[in-house]
Amino acid sequence: MTAAETAAAATAGPVRAALVILLTLVGSFFLVVGTIGLLRFPNVYNRMHATSKATTLGAASIALAATVYYLPNGDGLMALVTVVFLFLTAPTGAHMISQAAQRMGVPFLDGVTWPRQPTSVDADGADGTDADAARGDD
Amino acid sequence: MAEPAYLAWMDTVLFAGLALAAGLTLLVSYRVIRGPTVPDRVVALDTIGTNVVAIAALYAIWSQQGYFVGVSLVLAIIGFISTITVARYVTEGDIIE
Repeated sequence: MTAAETAAAATAGPVRAALVILLTLVGSFFLVVGTIGLLRFPNVYNRMHATSKATTLGAASIALAATVYYLPNGDGLMALVTVVFLFLTAPTGAHMISQAAQRMGVPFLDGVTWPRQPTSVDADGADGTDADAARGDD
Repeated sequence: MAEPAYLAWMDTVLFAGLALAAGLTLLVSYRVIRGPTVPDRVVALDTIGTNVVAIAALYAIWSQQGYFVGVSLVLAIIGFISTITVARYVTEGDIIE
């Protein structure tokens, strides 16, 4: 089975090889962008903005390269499931971490407040001070 | 056997991507060690998990061993579960009440 898999994998045509090269380069670019954003952004919310989008796109692009490479076999479908799973779970995890950071009291940058919430109960008289009201509900 | 030229190019690009992703993971560990707050460290660990998913997928192509695709999927699942667990532990105080 291993010899058959190797023989099937070694017959990757030029179109498939070009697609794998292209997707790998795109994924590496997005990984670099996400890492630079994680290292350089000033706040945990801004860092999450970099990692939860750019790094997820990079990893999904590389997993898509694995899908292209292995597609007649079952491993290509598993790589496709990895892509779907990354796109489902990365926003969920980033949302939960940002919620946890906001409840821990990690401050925003200067001049950044919550947008006005018209459906909130305790936002009657408060005009621009919803940040304190939303931060203090712990 | 005599490889065509595009397979050699693909090997080169895949190995360069592997080395790049490994170096980026080392750079991300700076944010793990010196994150000012706990959510910074959690975000950096999540990023390390995503990078290792990419490394496993790249290694699955480069070494022509399809089992590492499964390694990548399981690492994605474990990274998501650990992120959710740490977020719940930070907010709620315990994980399973």
